[in-house]
Amino acid sequence: MSNKDTILTVEHLYKAFDGTSVLEDINLEVQKGEVIVLVGPSGCGKSTFLRCLNALEETDEGRVLLDGEVINPAEGKSLSHVRERIGMVFQSYDLFPHKTILDNIMLAPLKVQKRDKEGVKAEAIELLERVGLFSHKDKYPRQLSGGQKQRVAIVRALIMHPEVLLLDEITAALDPEMVREVLDVVLSLAKEGRTMVMVTHEMAFARAVADRIIFIDGGKVVEEAAPDEFFDAPRTERAARFLKTFSF
Amino acid sequence: METEAIREYIPLYTQAFILTLKTGWLGILLSAIIGISGGFVLYFKLPVLSSLVKMYVELFRNTPLLVQLFFIYFGLPKIGIALSAFVCGVLGLGLLGGAYMTESIRSGLEAVPDSQKEGAVSLGLDRRQLFIYVVLPQAFAISIPSIVANVIFLLKETSVFSAISLMDLMFQAKDLIGLYYKTAECLILLVVFYIIMLLPVSALGRYFEKKLRFGMYGD
Repeated sequence: MSNKDTILTVEHLYKAFDGTSVLEDINLEVQKGEVIVLVGPSGCGKSTFLRCLNALEETDEGRVLLDGEVINPAEGKSLSHVRERIGMVFQSYDLFPHKTILDNIMLAPLKVQKRDKEGVKAEAIELLERVGLFSHKDKYPRQLSGGQKQRVAIVRALIMHPEVLLLDEITAALDPEMVREVLDVVLSLAKEGRTMVMVTHEMAFARAVADRIIFIDGGKVVEEAAPDEFFDAPRTERAARFLKTFSF
Repeated sequence: METEAIREYIPLYTQAFILTLKTGWLGILLSAIIGISGGFVLYFKLPVLSSLVKMYVELFRNTPLLVQLFFIYFGLPKIGIALSAFVCGVLGLGLLGGAYMTESIRSGLEAVPDSQKEGAVSLGLDRRQLFIYVVLPQAFAISIPSIVANVIFLLKETSVFSAISLMDLMFQAKDLIGLYYKTAECLILLVVFYIIMLLPVSALGRYFEKKLRFGMYGD
């Protein structure tokens, strides 16, 4: 049963690709301000699950509700409205190469939300200053490092004022030195109380940032626990085996 | 080599040059209109129209321009449609170029990575906004090299217009050679005028290609 602080609800979600089951009976409730970290082996369905949350993937069964409103991929037009409210940052940044950093950030608030240009620009500059990239505002994505691009991608999502932010392995394509600069930004977002659902293989970071860890394997939620509990004393043998692969 | 003859022929070549340019660029304009329309039809997989565009592309890409011109210039009058040599030239070039342009536009549109579309959609852009602000500019940048190649190819193809008695550069050269037997002078002028016509297109093409190439914006 959802309470009044529940922002995102997933009920009995099933997803298969070409007859192969990828997600089976996933249930989740995300509270406002909560940070959920999804962990699990590669190919276990974490990213697919994240993509189902903002309807980038259609679900086969079950439903996703944003603040009580059902997200239905069949309702073409209303999806834009939903996606404004659920920001997503991808592993491959997906910045638009033909637009400057500032234009990348301003495109959606101007065209989708029809906001005032001066206001959007002022906010974009403020956010860029916050992530240390103001001096790069007139550059093109190809002129930035991976870490810088990822910070821009986060700003591009934040300027839409999303109620939930989805982060899909956002440091997976980065050099170790750049991972830190991106994770610091995410950590500061968590501290200010943003609702986030993220997939990551950075276990130390997951432990530091998460309110709840969800371990997925074979398309099913195998374990759900507070970070300290999950990392110090996993309840399932499968989770323990998974965590062992990160220690040398 | 008679430089006097060359000097004398230059005004005649200039006239033919202007006619060739006019026919060529009008044909290219027509081919661009057909190409953009055809490319969009194929990209959006519009039912029925897609099959028709595919048939059109195969038909015009796999037959020589000379055959198409003969068909339009000599064949159409048999069914009561008589067009001037100029109109036939523009139409022939436009239809041939349209087939090539259709493929250039289609391949450019399809080459925009899905991840770019997902990135845009996840920001809330609808299908129209996605196409206008994200897909189209990137597709154009990807298509530029093949569009420029098509333009150069089409301008060179104007050399067959003489076969339907259009007084283009080739017609002028053949005419003067036949009249005065100054073969070397006439051919040199022909080469020079074609280079004058095509060199700026090549240079402009390279400039745009560099400026707009995928991921190279801002250079």
